[in-house]
Amino acid sequence: MADLVQHNDEIRIVSSRFGKGAASIEKYIALDGYKALEKALKMQPDEIVNEVKTSNLRGRGGAGFPTGMKWSFVPKTANKPKYVLVNGDESEPGTCKDRLILEHDPHAVIEGVLIAGLAVGSRTGYIYIRGEYRYLVDIMRKALDEARAKGYVGKNIMGSGIDFEVYWHTGAGAYEVGEESALMESLEGKRGIPRIRPPFPAVVGLWGGPTVINNVETLASVPHIMLMGGQKFADYGPPKNGGTRLFCLSGHVNKPGVYELPLGYPLKKMIYDVGGGIPNGKKLKAVVPGGSSTFILTAEEADQMNMDFDSFAKRGEFLGSGGVVVLDEDTCMVEFALRVMKFYQHESCGWCIPCREGTDWLKKTLTRFHAGGGVNKDIDNIKYLAQNMLGRTFCPLGDAAAIPTMSIVDKFRKEFEEHLEGKPCPYKMSVPEPAFA
Amino acid sequence: MVVSEKLDAFFTEKMPQYPTKRSFLVPMCLYTQDELGYLSDEAVAYLAQKTELTQLEVRNVISYYSMLRTKPVGKYNIQVCTNICCMLRGADQLFEHCEKKLGIGHKGTTPDGKFSLEEVECIGACSWAPAIQVNYDFHENLNPQKMDKVLEQYRSKG
Repeated sequence: MADLVQHNDEIRIVSSRFGKGAASIEKYIALDGYKALEKALKMQPDEIVNEVKTSNLRGRGGAGFPTGMKWSFVPKTANKPKYVLVNGDESEPGTCKDRLILEHDPHAVIEGVLIAGLAVGSRTGYIYIRGEYRYLVDIMRKALDEARAKGYVGKNIMGSGIDFEVYWHTGAGAYEVGEESALMESLEGKRGIPRIRPPFPAVVGLWGGPTVINNVETLASVPHIMLMGGQKFADYGPPKNGGTRLFCLSGHVNKPGVYELPLGYPLKKMIYDVGGGIPNGKKLKAVVPGGSSTFILTAEEADQMNMDFDSFAKRGEFLGSGGVVVLDEDTCMVEFALRVMKFYQHESCGWCIPCREGTDWLKKTLTRFHAGGGVNKDIDNIKYLAQNMLGRTFCPLGDAAAIPTMSIVDKFRKEFEEHLEGKPCPYKMSVPEPAFA
Repeated sequence: MVVSEKLDAFFTEKMPQYPTKRSFLVPMCLYTQDELGYLSDEAVAYLAQKTELTQLEVRNVISYYSMLRTKPVGKYNIQVCTNICCMLRGADQLFEHCEKKLGIGHKGTTPDGKFSLEEVECIGACSWAPAIQVNYDFHENLNPQKMDKVLEQYRSKG
């Protein structure tokens, strides 16, 4: 379905089977599929966890938490069943990579679930895919049936004496369900209202049992780590930022697409070399580095940034989900801030008052402001409203709404001033022609 | 029964894969809607009975999820993503074009019941923007001319 792209700087690990028909199990097996599971079945759980720790794999959903450490938080013994839950509720604006993994390499996700389960002592996995991705749910259902028929899932997997069930599940439209505690609520058949933590899911998760929740890309990386060895994977990225990552280039670039690049890759090169630069020779204005909830970067900042977790953490910012959105000089930052807020206002579940009220007031204020009805004190008020959501909600949706807003006001204040008191918006957004036929 | 026997049997098979009876409820709502077009009062009653919940509990879940609806829509539901990546590549113009072509606005349905139009949030097609979904099918890298072809394709489908 979605167009595939390539570039010479890519290191193809997670995307190594894209476009090769690996959704069918025969092809997957021919391309080293389920060999990592075979290896893991001969290992002790601690050895698997240690291999993943060595790989420096960090969560690819956006938070960047070390995966091996997350697994090690699961208690060895528990009164309730343990679960592995795959977060395939990809809905962070700018992010479209899990879609490609689920389309081209669904068995890698299944194999990742099985290995994670062996590592933490779970024997049941659920693969949650967002409702809009129905064709991927169908691909996953077929993949699970094939894996069951071949004895990789179900009773006595690969003759090991271990029974391991993996099931598919689907959502029905909700950004917030991508947050881990809301995801669990949704899988339990409820509204996706976040849970308070602690306790964390690793201790009290699905139906009260210890639960490991990982992103699709994170788990699809695991079989590769088991086969190549954690150290080799780690070596692809800078220290503590193991491996490669699927970066989704979008917005004003000539060659948008999903590219697998090593962590630490320079953003400037990503835009101008990999992405082929900005259409119609326009200048860069700003970059959203990892989905709409990250701090926005100015063109000057983007020139300096390397795309790894720690380069961003040093600035008090986030690398995010891999969704790199490029904005050219004609983009109106007030309109952009408004569109981002419209999204969060739509998705706020209303459970926490700062988020429910904050996103709504911000949307109203930004709408009025962009239409020319703004006054000077609105600018600080927009920032003040955003600041008051930050850290005051059960789930990070409030933060996700606050962060881009605050950073757009801070870094593009001039554009807000240009809209003051009845002045019409001075920008006319450019609309490049589609990048693919 | 409100849903087909096949669908009911599918739910009966899936439900024991979870420790609680209500766990499969969200997919059940979606698949029921696919069959009936929307979640009618009868559908809610069926889902409540099947999962041993009250109808109120089922409605409480339905109202949370943006894809679930309690009123019918057109045979082809045109969902135009206008979130940031699509916006940067002309989604607003695409949406306006659809409004003009179909003569309906956001959440509207054509008088013949053939098309509905909806502005939706990110559908995961960011690198192939602007993009739409018609029911579950993706159409990507669009502009107004290509959009006309997509509409024509569904119009001629009957």
